This record gives sequence, structure tokens and C-alpha cells, in this order.
Amino acid sequence: MFLEQVLNGLTLGSTYALIALGYTMVYGIVQLINFAHGEIYMFGAFIGLFLVTALGLNIFAALLGAMIFCMLLGMLVERIAYRPLRGKSSRLSALISAIGVSIFLSTLMALIRGPNTTRYPEMIAQNTFYLGSVEVSALQIIILVVSALLMIGLQLLIQKTRIGKAMRACSQDIDASSLMGINVNRVISFTFAIGSALAAAGGVMVGIYYNAVWPYMGTMAGLKAFAAAVLGGIGSVPGAMVGGLTLGILEIMGVAYLSSSYKDAIAFAILILVLIIRPQGLMGQKISKKV
Amino acid sequence: MDAFLTQYVDAYYLRIMVFIGINIILTLGLNLITGVTGQLSMGHAGFMSLGAYTSAILSVHYAVPFFVALLAGALVAALFGFLLGIPTLRLEGDYLAVVTIGFAEIIRVFFLNFEPGGKAVGFSGIPQSTTFTGVWIVVIIVIYLNYKLLNSRAGRSLYAIRENEIAAEACGVNTTRMKVLAFTMGAFLGGLGGGFFAHYMYFIEPGNFGFMKSIELLNMVVLGGMGSIPGVILGTVILTIAPEMLRIVQDYRMLFYGALLVILMIFRPNGLLGDVRIYDIKKRLFRKEV
Amino acid sequence: MAILELKNISQEFGGLRALDSVNLQVQEQDIFGIIGPNGAGKTTLFNIITGIYVPTEGNLVFKGQQLNKLPAYKIARLGIGRTFQNIRLFNKLSVLDNVRVGSHGVTRSTFIEGMLGLPATRREERQVFADARQLLELVGLDHKEMEYAENLSYGEQRRLEIARAMALKPALLLLDEPAAGMNAGEKEDLMKLIRLIRDENKLTIILVEHDMNLVMNICERIAVFDYGKKIAEGTPNEIKNNERVIESYLGVGV
Repeated sequence: MFLEQVLNGLTLGSTYALIALGYTMVYGIVQLINFAHGEIYMFGAFIGLFLVTALGLNIFAALLGAMIFCMLLGMLVERIAYRPLRGKSSRLSALISAIGVSIFLSTLMALIRGPNTTRYPEMIAQNTFYLGSVEVSALQIIILVVSALLMIGLQLLIQKTRIGKAMRACSQDIDASSLMGINVNRVISFTFAIGSALAAAGGVMVGIYYNAVWPYMGTMAGLKAFAAAVLGGIGSVPGAMVGGLTLGILEIMGVAYLSSSYKDAIAFAILILVLIIRPQGLMGQKISKKV
Repeated sequence: MDAFLTQYVDAYYLRIMVFIGINIILTLGLNLITGVTGQLSMGHAGFMSLGAYTSAILSVHYAVPFFVALLAGALVAALFGFLLGIPTLRLEGDYLAVVTIGFAEIIRVFFLNFEPGGKAVGFSGIPQSTTFTGVWIVVIIVIYLNYKLLNSRAGRSLYAIRENEIAAEACGVNTTRMKVLAFTMGAFLGGLGGGFFAHYMYFIEPGNFGFMKSIELLNMVVLGGMGSIPGVILGTVILTIAPEMLRIVQDYRMLFYGALLVILMIFRPNGLLGDVRIYDIKKRLFRKEV
Repeated sequence: MAILELKNISQEFGGLRALDSVNLQVQEQDIFGIIGPNGAGKTTLFNIITGIYVPTEGNLVFKGQQLNKLPAYKIARLGIGRTFQNIRLFNKLSVLDNVRVGSHGVTRSTFIEGMLGLPATRREERQVFADARQLLELVGLDHKEMEYAENLSYGEQRRLEIARAMALKPALLLLDEPAAGMNAGEKEDLMKLIRLIRDENKLTIILVEHDMNLVMNICERIAVFDYGKKIAEGTPNEIKNNERVIESYLGVGV
């Protein structure tokens, strides 16, 4: 029973982690809480649904299609709503702009698909099997494996490639990077693209897992993923992964052993406690104030 | 006064005016925290709901007079602002923002499960004690007190914290204490606005005070110009009326609202009135004379 | 009499020793100069005195009172004012308000009193206003009192920082590179200003400065730092002729 809950928590947590990565990467470079990120995730879920039902694609093709679509959407949002504000306005104005995009995108989807829940078709036979005494579903395995592969891929991208090096440089000091000849706008655009693709993957998998998508699903998922990013230490990529998984497990445990009616409060209560004890998050570095 | 007004003013416009008044009380509170002191709060609706539920329960279950219930609601909200402020105000910027979001969500989930508040079904039968006159008298008092505060020793130190915390400390400002005070006072106004809201709506539910409500209030503060009283009032008026005006586009209302926020931020990144304060106006007048 | 005494002060940042067993005595009403190459620990010393850093070791005594572990705002209220090397003004406040915030530590009207505007509060406000005006006149910024601080020139910003620190009515004033970025004429004025402030207010000034001409001209005593250690102390003449200082800092031919 306990191990099954851990597994459920890991499954939920890995989707939080996928979304949290987008928040943390964008934050690391431009210090913006991209509030439209939850809506990108929601769009991913709907595009996946569309590809499966209208075009009859299989789950992996739909996943890929949704990721590519959201990459473009993320870059478009950055180009239209954030870039014009960069450098000449306070961070709060950029935040409000992001909130505007978030409202726009969720309303747009509600207009296209109606505000209610749409069910995902059953993609994978509900096979369950036993690992020792733990009941595992095939879907859980797929979600965990896909998430793990995406996160490993992301780490390789950041650590081993030229653009990854540019991203790391920009997150250290964006002005200095620009002086070193890095095309900062391209790096930011790329960061949005990668973050959005990961969120889309999360969206498709959550859609299949819970068998439901709706236009306002992005708000709460986005908030919790953001909480996960902060929990791990915002700006830190490994932190987002750890934060997402931790939050997923603790939330499932809270529901299982405390109360299900307080589900949405548990994540935030944990977050507040962690931040009071460790203000920089689990994996964040303490930056001493420069005077 | 209200009887007189209803004879000459369309009930619909009167209603919008009441909402503008309630929102000004709420946003001037948020402005104190976020606009003036620079501490990003994204959970103002949490304070609002504390004031709303406390005052509503006192009115309905204990037949407490309206203004006493209002005051009690505001004080409960202030207490929570104070309690939240102490441990969290050493967090910086966005960490604080996420704590305030979390706080408001916890409060919302609490009321979803709160028996005396009607749980998820909501709380109805609240006497409609909020009147146009009552709200606007309080609005004028709140504006006056805010104005006095922001032009006093304490008010200037709050701006100083926003501008440069280390320099403020070097001037002898106890920044932690001042931040907690700003938070408490902001929460008080949040609770006060919430009380008026509950006693106008007849019916409240936890969904009235969700994340989007906090965001709506934050939009008003930032849109008009953070830290500036005229700016916050202007932003509040515009964003209270805008959804009403956008009713002609019906379903597309929120679509336009979202787009409007983006466009306004692109063209007026520092808010409509920037940081216009009284001395800016004085300065301009002075220049004209010369 | 010594107004400020540093006994065996050391400061470490993650293994790096920024200050190493520093002993220093500053006499009342002196203008005391601190010089040394970049990274010698001069600004760190100021940050320790003003309570921004808590020293790893050692004692700090101001007017006979221990300063260790007092928060920065309390130290300010005891009468230690300062300016910052990388200017830290309240950019979006007026020049006048910058100075008025400076008086925060020596005024007392509270949050609630400010809202209510009681007679005593109004009296205090008038006093603060008059004092601020006078200080702005002193530093030559009275004609710009309604300007945003961020719109001032570099030299004006440095002078505004001095006025803001003076609003605290300090007994000890710390100036961190007050002449940085100033032209020769502005430096002349600054020297006069520093002397004037000291003579009129009978206060003690410690300044960190790279401009040797300025330091040698106005300081009564000078301490030289290198790699976190005090390598010499004395009058300007003694410092000019100190072998070790010439070797490590002043270079040949000064």
C-alpha cells in the first residue's frame, strides 16, 4: 500500500517536474514567473487529444506533435508578450503581461472547445501487473520512463551542447553573455521552446493518466508546478526535478493518510514550511547580498 | 442618500460604483504591500475572504451590528497578515510571492471545508448592509489616511524599503518591522473590503476569493502605477469598468481582457500614472509659473 | 579620545579571509583616511562597522558601547552614518525625500501617528523638512529638491548620499569613495565640504578613497590596508615616507 502510494506520487510528481522545468529555466535566465506556462501545458494536452482523436495518431506521435506545437506557441508568446517589455520595464509589468497571456489562452481554448471537461480516449489497455507486491499500471511505467528520458535529454542538452552552454552563461549574467557575443534573444527564445515542449509532454501524459482535459486545467497545475520549482530552488534545473517529485509524493501521501478534501492545500502548506526553514529552497544556492 | 440616488441613478450604474468603491479599499491595501513597500503579494483575495467570512458569520449567526462585524473581519485579516508576515518577510521577491499564493489557496481550501461557512455550497442570507454611501464614506477615509501615511516618516520609509533595503537600514529604518506593519495594514484593508463585498453580495463562496481574484487586484495596482494613490484609483476604476464594457463582446470578454493587459504593459510598462505623486504635480505647477 | 575602536577584527567569506586581525582606533573629530588597493578589505570594514556583516572574530566599540551583533538599523540610530561605494539612493524618490528618509533614525513618529497627523507629528515633520532643506543647501542641491534622485548627475548623487547620511545627525560619518567619478573641480568642492561638515558639526569622519591627493590633503591620520591586513598607520607625511606602503601601494615616485 505504502509503496503503491510512493509510485502514484512519483507519477504525479514527474508531471509536476516536467512543468516546473519550464518555470525554472525561464526564471533562471530572465527572472520572470511565466504565468502563461500552465496554459502552454493545457494546450499541449488538447493538441495531444486532437492528434489522437482527429488524426488517429498513436500516443508517442501525439506526444511529439504536441511538443512541437507548444514549442512554437511558447516562442510566439515570448516574442509577442515578453520581448517588447524586456529591459525597459519592471519585472512586475512583465508578470502582468504573462498573466494577460494566461487569461487569453485559457479563454481561447474555452471558446474553441467549451469550458467543460473533455475525456481522453483510452489509449493504453489498463494492464496492471505486480512488481513484488506493488500494483503497477503500464501507463505509470510509460509516464515515468518518458519523463526520465526527457529529463536526461534536457541535462545532456544543457551540459553538453553549445546552446546549452549559452543558456548556462545567460543564467549567470545576461549582460556579460551578450557582450561575449551570445545572441541573447535566441537563447531566451530557445529556452521558452524547450520549457514549453516539456510542459506539453506533461499535459499529454496527465490527460491520458486522468483521462480528462479542460481549458482551465493549467491554472492549478501551473501554480503547483511553480511551487515545485520554488521548493527545489528556483533557477536550478535539478531542483525543479527534485521539487516536482517531492511535491507529488507528499501530496499523494497527504491525500492518502490525512484528508483528501485538503489536497490542494497540502502542497502549499509544505512549500511554506520548507521556505520558512530554508528560504532558498531545497537545492537553491544561498546568495549572500553584495553591498 | 441611497434612496435619493436610486431615484436618479440607474441601479446598474450604482452597482458598478459600489464595486469600484470596494475594489479601491482592496487595492489601496495591496498597494501598501506591493506598490509602496515592493513586497510582491499574489494572495490578497485570501485576506479578503477572511474579512468576508468573519463579518458574514458574525452578522448572520450572532446578529452583530454591521460596522462592528466589518471591523472584526478586518481585524482577523490583519491578524493573519501579521502572523504570515513575521516568518515570511525575510523571503525575497518571488519566494514571497509564492508564499502569498499558497497562503490564499490554503485559506480557500479551509473555507471549502468550513462547516459554519457553508463549505463548498457557499454562505447565503447575508444582510445587504453595504450601501453606496457607506462604502464611499469609508473609501474617502481610507484614501485620506493612506495619503497621510505615505507622506509621513513611516510612509517614506516604506518607499525607501522598495527602492533600496540596505540603504534604508543604514538610515535607521527597522525594515523587518516596517514590512510587517505594511503587510498588516494591507491585510486589514483587504479584510475590510471583503466585509463590504460579503454584505453586498448576499451570498459568498470560496470561489469568489480564488487565485484569479488576487490577480485581478494585482492587475489594478500595477496597471495604474504602483505606489501612486491616484494611479491605483485610476487602475481600479478602469479594470472594474472594463469587464462591464466588454460585455458587448460577450463570450470574448476575457479574451479581450487578457489581450488588454498585454497591450497596456507593452505601451505603458510603468503603469498609466507611473509613480505620479503629489509632489510631481506640484513640480509641474511650479515649472509653469517659472 | 577614541570614538571608534576595532579590536582584532577578522572577517571570513567561505574560507577567504577578507580582513585579518585588524586593530584600529579613530580619535574624535579626526578625518581618518583608509587607503589600499582594490580588494584590500576597505569596504568590508565599513560593512562591519555598520552592521551589514557580523565579523567572524573581534570586537567593535563605538563611544564605549559594543556594536557586535547589533542590527544595521540600530547601529545607524547610535549615530553612525554612511555613504556607499556603488551609490544606493532611493531612485524613485525625490531628492528632498531621500534626505528626509535619512532622518528616520533620529525621529520617532509611528505608523499610526503618521496616518493621524497629530500636532506632535506635524511639528516633527516641519523640523525634518527644515533640516533636510538646510542639508541640501549645504551640499548645493537645494535647487533640485523635487527631482528624482536617479535623474541627478554622478557627482550630485554622491553629494546627495552625504546629505542623506548627515540627516541622521551622526557622530561618526563613513564615506566610501566619495570622490569616485568626480572631476577636479568637483573634488575641490568635496574637500571643502568634508572639512566644513566636520568643523561645523564636530563629528568624526572615516573615508575610503583612491584619490591620493584628496586623502593626503584632508586626512589627519591614514591607515593603509593590503590583503585584509593593516600594513601602516600614521599622518599623511609618515605614510608618504613609509617604505612598505610605497612598495606595495603608492609605487615609486609619489
